[in-house]
Amino acid sequence: MGQFTGSGLSSFRGQRLVFRGLDFDVGEGAMLHLVGPNGSGKSTLLRIMAGLLPVIEGQLRWDGTPLAEDRDGHRARLLYVGHADAVKGALSVTENLQFWCDMSGGGDMAGALERFNLGSLADLPARFLSAGQRRRLNLARLAAVPAALWLLDEPAASLDIASAAILEQAIARHLADGGCAVMASHGRHPPDGMVLALDQYAGNMADLGDPVL
Amino acid sequence: MSAPDPSPGSPLGALIARDIRLALRQGADSMMVIVFFVLVVVLFPLGVGPEPAILGRIAAGVIWVAALLAAMLSMDRLFQTDHEDGSLELLVLSPLPLELQFLAKATAHWLTTGLPLIIVAPLLGLLLNMAPAGYPVMLLALALGTPSLSLIGGVGAALSLGARRSGVLLSLLVLPLFIPVLIFGVSAVDAGLTGSAAKAQLLILGGLLLGAVALAPWAAAAALRQAAE
Repeated sequence: MGQFTGSGLSSFRGQRLVFRGLDFDVGEGAMLHLVGPNGSGKSTLLRIMAGLLPVIEGQLRWDGTPLAEDRDGHRARLLYVGHADAVKGALSVTENLQFWCDMSGGGDMAGALERFNLGSLADLPARFLSAGQRRRLNLARLAAVPAALWLLDEPAASLDIASAAILEQAIARHLADGGCAVMASHGRHPPDGMVLALDQYAGNMADLGDPVL
Repeated sequence: MSAPDPSPGSPLGALIARDIRLALRQGADSMMVIVFFVLVVVLFPLGVGPEPAILGRIAAGVIWVAALLAAMLSMDRLFQTDHEDGSLELLVLSPLPLELQFLAKATAHWLTTGLPLIIVAPLLGLLLNMAPAGYPVMLLALALGTPSLSLIGGVGAALSLGARRSGVLLSLLVLPLFIPVLIFGVSAVDAGLTGSAAKAQLLILGGLLLGAVALAPWAAAAALRQAAE
């Protein structure tokens, strides 16, 4: 496992400065909560951490190695959960999850389906799933594929209370195993967790209307 | 173009299998391409008249142009749905290099559209009164040319992701790039019909295919990374 750090990060979206001079440090077994109002750059920061967006200014490091020097290694160690669920309606629940397991080089698919309470839906075409069930199917990747770093963008969106509890258990297990995680959420966060408030790094926020991403 | 390792469980094989499965489940897509191909060819006798000599002479050109248009028609679904439902982000982030993923998707596209086109092409040749000497060369030329169409078209599909009228933009981007395949595909069949050797044209088609295999993945991967931002 390792230490995920960022220093002096800035981000521009559509020529607007979203945040600047942002630093963070997440170690083994630690979880960083990103908080901030709409448009403060939570999703943008997560996408930069994942490598989907280029680092314009500043540096990201894993165990001291700049990510720019080890992109393949970074992709192999992270799991990203974004706003979209990446679920194919024409494939069954099992086929959807099996595909993402295969793409990551294998994983415990059956156990993950059980853990996220999808076992009874395994053979159902995914187009019949509700929004919350689709989200659970997306989150089941977390339990199926081992990864050191979880990047979660409002993972509890459209989850009911029981499913949110399953997610919290999965996160707790991940952290107990020495993984680390970064999560953006609107909701409450545990008072003992590490919190990064993005509005304190805001650039010119006055003219920034709706969320950019 | 052959799939390097289609064993279940390998990322490459999983991606090819998924795309083929999606194409077959949403069977209308694949079927529509074939029906479109047949319809376009059938329209020609109605347009130019039923004179067998004329039809026999233009058969190769008609079949090739129809194949290009049919390949175009199916191109935009190559990445569009993955882009819309968020799969593309996860594919970009998965450990398998994006260039190989593109080859896998182009392979699946060819197996679900190019291969069926090759299978129905002889029937259409019959319909257009093509001389028997042309068939073997036409099938060889199609077998070498249609994978290039999937690869070149795939680059266009990746580039036009996120554009508003991506279908039209895709045609404008890609059809000019199909011209070399068209020219040598048709002239190979013509050579076969006149009894001269078509080896040169077929070799050039093979060369175009090798060039596309070597260059298209890099171009497409760069475009896909842009689209996933």
